[in-house]
Amino acid sequence: MKHWIVGAISALAMSGAAQAADVMKMAVTTSFNNSGLADVLLPQIAADLDLDVQLLVVGTGQAIKLGESGDVDALLVHSRKAEEAFVDAGFGSHRTEIMYNDFVFIGPKSDPAGIASSGAATEALSAIADKESDFVSRGDDSGTHKKELSLWGEAGLDPAEFGDWYNAVGAGMGAALNTASGMPAYVMSDRASWLNFGNKGDLALLYAGDPVLFNQYAYLPVNPERHGHVKNDLALKLEDWLTSDRAKALINDYKINGETLFVFNAEGAE
Amino acid sequence: MVDIWSGLTQAFWLVFTLDPELVEIAGRSLQVTVSALVVACLIALPLAALVAVKRFRARRLVIAVLNALMGLPPVVVGLIVYVVLSRSGPLGVLGLLFTPTAMIIAQVIIIVPLIASIAHQSIRELWQEYHDLLISMNVTQGQKIRTLLWDSRRALLTAALAGFGRAIGEVGAIMIVGGNIDHATRVLTTAIALETGKGEFALALALGFVLIGLAVAVNLAIHWLGRTEREGRW
Amino acid sequence: MQLFPMQAISIESRRRGQRLVGPIDLTLEGQGATVVIGPNGAGKTTLLQLLHGTARLSAGRIDWACTTEEARHHQAFVFQRPVMLRRTVLENLIYPLRLRGVAKAQARLAAEEWAARVGLEPLLGRAAPVLSGGEQQKLALARALICKPKLLFLDEPCAALDGRATREIEAILHSAKSAGTRLILSTHDHGQARRLADDVLFLLGGHLHEAGPATMFFNRPETPEAQAFLRGDIVE
Repeated sequence: MKHWIVGAISALAMSGAAQAADVMKMAVTTSFNNSGLADVLLPQIAADLDLDVQLLVVGTGQAIKLGESGDVDALLVHSRKAEEAFVDAGFGSHRTEIMYNDFVFIGPKSDPAGIASSGAATEALSAIADKESDFVSRGDDSGTHKKELSLWGEAGLDPAEFGDWYNAVGAGMGAALNTASGMPAYVMSDRASWLNFGNKGDLALLYAGDPVLFNQYAYLPVNPERHGHVKNDLALKLEDWLTSDRAKALINDYKINGETLFVFNAEGAE
Repeated sequence: MVDIWSGLTQAFWLVFTLDPELVEIAGRSLQVTVSALVVACLIALPLAALVAVKRFRARRLVIAVLNALMGLPPVVVGLIVYVVLSRSGPLGVLGLLFTPTAMIIAQVIIIVPLIASIAHQSIRELWQEYHDLLISMNVTQGQKIRTLLWDSRRALLTAALAGFGRAIGEVGAIMIVGGNIDHATRVLTTAIALETGKGEFALALALGFVLIGLAVAVNLAIHWLGRTEREGRW
Repeated sequence: MQLFPMQAISIESRRRGQRLVGPIDLTLEGQGATVVIGPNGAGKTTLLQLLHGTARLSAGRIDWACTTEEARHHQAFVFQRPVMLRRTVLENLIYPLRLRGVAKAQARLAAEEWAARVGLEPLLGRAAPVLSGGEQQKLALARALICKPKLLFLDEPCAALDGRATREIEAILHSAKSAGTRLILSTHDHGQARRLADDVLFLLGGHLHEAGPATMFFNRPETPEAQAFLRGDIVE
């Protein structure tokens, strides 16, 4: 009995012990995680910088919150307005663009709203709304969700007035795709998550290519003046790496089924 | 159906080949839950014994509150612990958020009422049985509690296993306070949630079967251990 | 350390306004066996509990030759239905000694000795709750005597036992008495009372109806109720 207790307490103690390498926490979006790019980059970062980057995979909304409360050291998100507000309010020291991918429209192979032949993203969305075809929305205040809402706005439509065909699931990209697959329904997804998704069912990629669907990822270190404890030196180290040629090569070469997902476009901090 | 079958076969394969990721995740599940169980028992069992034997005015109220706390939604506990441990929260300086320690804390809070309630029932019954004898023997409060705890150990084990079961399968609270960080705070339940979200149902099922197998194995092991130290049945 | 003489002065026990026992005045000296006898419901158990201290006095007080604290330390009580700890016979016997801080090895020796004395030696490793009624009561008695109490209370110890077990218990009580242990036991069995008593307390309706040396009480009871009781009539 005694030995059991001692063993358990030391296990408890070890659980909080530090790693050998440097460790920092970064909040990233589910779309980034689901793309699989993290699995390529993290080991390289560990090898090159002796840095263990712990990823908290959350929606953009929660990522911003984590940055505001100082629970992470940096963010990698894709929602420009929210990012600029974050920096303006002093929570982030600056914003550095890293890469972009694009959003695509997914839907049932039978394409009831006929969006495959649309000329623009807004046209595709209008078609879906007219037909009142089932549509799944992230509904979780994420970068993807905000993008979707802005597109509805540009099409002159207000999701608050939509009927039951519009389903806001309040979940990550994978869960939203699952739901769309199960219904089946239309859904707007980032290309990476779609390519990596394992339960495609009856769904297919129906529309893509409109420049308005491009999705910019940016890196934001949490402001050390706001939260003294954040590991700003490590965050800046990581930023240098992410804007380096090494990262450029890894990101541009990353493919799923022969398709490139991300385009590296880092230049410098803004 | 195909998923369930492929889930089963994948589970066997992962276990058979001692897949390193599986071993790491399962090991962490056990580490977190067993630690939480030990801490929770150290709190709940003496508490249950104290409430069972001490006469005080608010006794019924305390018992009612303990029973009610059993129904605390785990995810709400997780949320509260998160807010408290966050850097901008009261205990933020400890830097415990997104660590296994935070997960242990959340699980302790969740299972203490459960273990205490079940233990209290048994200890109270035993106290009714022993009451006249122990009073007559003039035992101190401490001796009383130790005697009751030792003689109800089988029932206390059941209470502890109930707590274990609740903790090992918990996902909401530890997802929130742990963050499901790969190689840091990912455990079987959060991994299942993750893989399901990625549409990887077979893998999620495989992890699920491993989790069930683990829980059953622990239960069997504890019961076997308990049996070997006794000869007579009582 | 002397417990006796013990004086009970106008002791009473009430529950929910109902008077159960008393007022009773009583003096006990340090030798022999006192049997408390009387019909069921007379308050025998309550009286024993009052004297032992496990029932609270509603009125009156009990004075010992030493302090009440010390007195409690040198008493033991055997219940009508034996309370067995959910442990082995050996562990039951060891328990009161360990409570008093006696070392394990010593306690074990004493336990084995007492088990032999009451004829329970072959059962030392057995779980106490599975013993027969007679065996459990013998165990309870040994457990009570193992700490060498100066005063032993027994509440109808043989009420649930057969003849053979009763005989064995009484034999143990006789030798305890010879060894100097003061006995106070209640019974409604006249025969047992005659066999064991040195003096008698006859309880009726919560009052001490008659008291006296055993030979006097059994051969020439004073009160009509005592006479009726000894004849075998129902007395209220």
